[in-house]
Amino acid sequence: MKASGTVFKYGDNVDTDVIIPARYLNSSDPKELAEHCMEDIDKDFVNKVKAGDLIVADKNFGCGSSREHAPIAIKAAGVSCVIAETFARIFYRNAINIGLPIIECPEAAKGIEAGDEVEVDFDSGIITNKTKGLTFQGQAFPEFMQKIIKSEGLINYINKKQ
Amino acid sequence: MGMTMTQKILAAAAGLSEVKAGQLIEADLDLVLGNDITSPVAIHEMDKFTAEGVFHKDKIALVMDHFAPNKDIKSAQHCKCVREFAAKHEISNYFDVGEMGIEHALLPEQGLTVAGDVIIGADSHTCTYGALGAFSTGVGSTDMAAGMATGKAWFKVPSAIKFHIVGKPSKWVSGKDVILHIIGMIGVDGALYKSLEFAGEGIANLSMDDRFTIANMAIEAGAKNGIFPVDTLAESYMKEHSQRPYKIYEADEDAEYDEEYTIDLSTLKSTVSFPHLPENTRKIDEVGDVKIDQVVIGSCTNGRLDDLRTAAEVMKGKKVAKGIRCIVIPATQRIYLEAMEEGLLRTFIEAGAIVSTPTCGPCLGGYMGILAEGERCVSTTNRNFVGRMGHVESEVYLASPAVAAASAITGKISAPEE
Repeated sequence: MKASGTVFKYGDNVDTDVIIPARYLNSSDPKELAEHCMEDIDKDFVNKVKAGDLIVADKNFGCGSSREHAPIAIKAAGVSCVIAETFARIFYRNAINIGLPIIECPEAAKGIEAGDEVEVDFDSGIITNKTKGLTFQGQAFPEFMQKIIKSEGLINYINKKQ
Repeated sequence: MGMTMTQKILAAAAGLSEVKAGQLIEADLDLVLGNDITSPVAIHEMDKFTAEGVFHKDKIALVMDHFAPNKDIKSAQHCKCVREFAAKHEISNYFDVGEMGIEHALLPEQGLTVAGDVIIGADSHTCTYGALGAFSTGVGSTDMAAGMATGKAWFKVPSAIKFHIVGKPSKWVSGKDVILHIIGMIGVDGALYKSLEFAGEGIANLSMDDRFTIANMAIEAGAKNGIFPVDTLAESYMKEHSQRPYKIYEADEDAEYDEEYTIDLSTLKSTVSFPHLPENTRKIDEVGDVKIDQVVIGSCTNGRLDDLRTAAEVMKGKKVAKGIRCIVIPATQRIYLEAMEEGLLRTFIEAGAIVSTPTCGPCLGGYMGILAEGERCVSTTNRNFVGRMGHVESEVYLASPAVAAASAITGKISAPEE
């Protein structure tokens, strides 16, 4: 499985309040949430993002609230993968549980800029910056998490197990 | 090699004699929590399970606190969805308007969280119950759904950072100042994926409400949980509030920690987090001249009785400065009633503050105190991210109830001593 698209780049500590502000949490509809994705950090994001695009950020992406609405909004906006130096732990769990691909890779976070064309191979964890001609090795998921991802989320994984 | 307190609780809940940091385990849950924002997503996920029903109707808590009493039609729909789910599955710990309070103040008060428990909640501040010696951590809605259905959750066993607490805090220094100091020291990702474990004789000088505040904000350092050893004060709290048996776990003498720090409470000063991260801390004598528009005293972090007592002590016989809106939110109905009986509410109202029914409301920019462009708020809540309490150009300064109350009187960020 591969993801490929244009990069939206952000810095450290992108919190879930800017990913999806709480004023929109009176809805749990993915489409509605996607319309306000990244609104408080990047007003243009929703107008520019195309299906398959990627978000690349520095450390502690998704910190703050446990709202699953954050990865849901990102996924529903069409983002194919989030690459970061590190992720906040609840966001990390939530992304895996809902099937939003994420990869920790400090080198890629440093070696990718906004607007770069990037491809990610989820099986090998290899991240290619096609614009700059660079490749990075992302961290592979533990086997247990791979099973959740292959089942397309935690619920399907549990259903299969029972 | 020995285990930390957190590791011991997780090992027991996973039916293992030993666990190591980094190990993936499946643990039995004692309580699964959700609120009116996160539960509807979880309830929707529940429909996808092939198995029917919930694992235990008494081990699920659903609290309508974020946008309740309903702030608009969509919020009302969310609460209705949770209300119907609770009725269908006969969830005994469903808390709606009239019984509800802010979840992390309410559940310990109701005796639903005790030492040795393993608790997940679809709210990041679920880590609060570590004050009682429980392992509790925030998760998302899908984990909540899986927890409600199976009574189990997967965890990566965390390593820990240890804080030796010594000394006695001065009069106006509270749990809030302790945790803001720690977050300022290690940063908002200083404890990413880890436990904060507290130890030392200084803990005896922290009230239960101080400890709840400290454990509550462990997440603001990125931590998975924050946990206190169980002493006589914690035991008497649990005996007073709960019928449930509790189990005391202690860290092994030879447990390994990634880092160890000593916090001398006697050296701490009132501490304020400047926008837009909790780690941007300054001691009260370094804040300078920061004029404000609003003060919020409440939330799962600082809406407990001790907090209201402190704020009232500062505000007694004084007036909120002209042009400042001061909003006081007791965290639960019981706290509200006790504050009324002690005359605290009279003090607030006579000072020109308002007193609201329990709600998370303004903390996350929901309602009951949204900020306009360019406005500043001193708040006893837990996050000061961009746009957290309203307009993207507004600012939140995190502080203790004492500093918040003093600031309401002067109209700028002020020390309670002033």
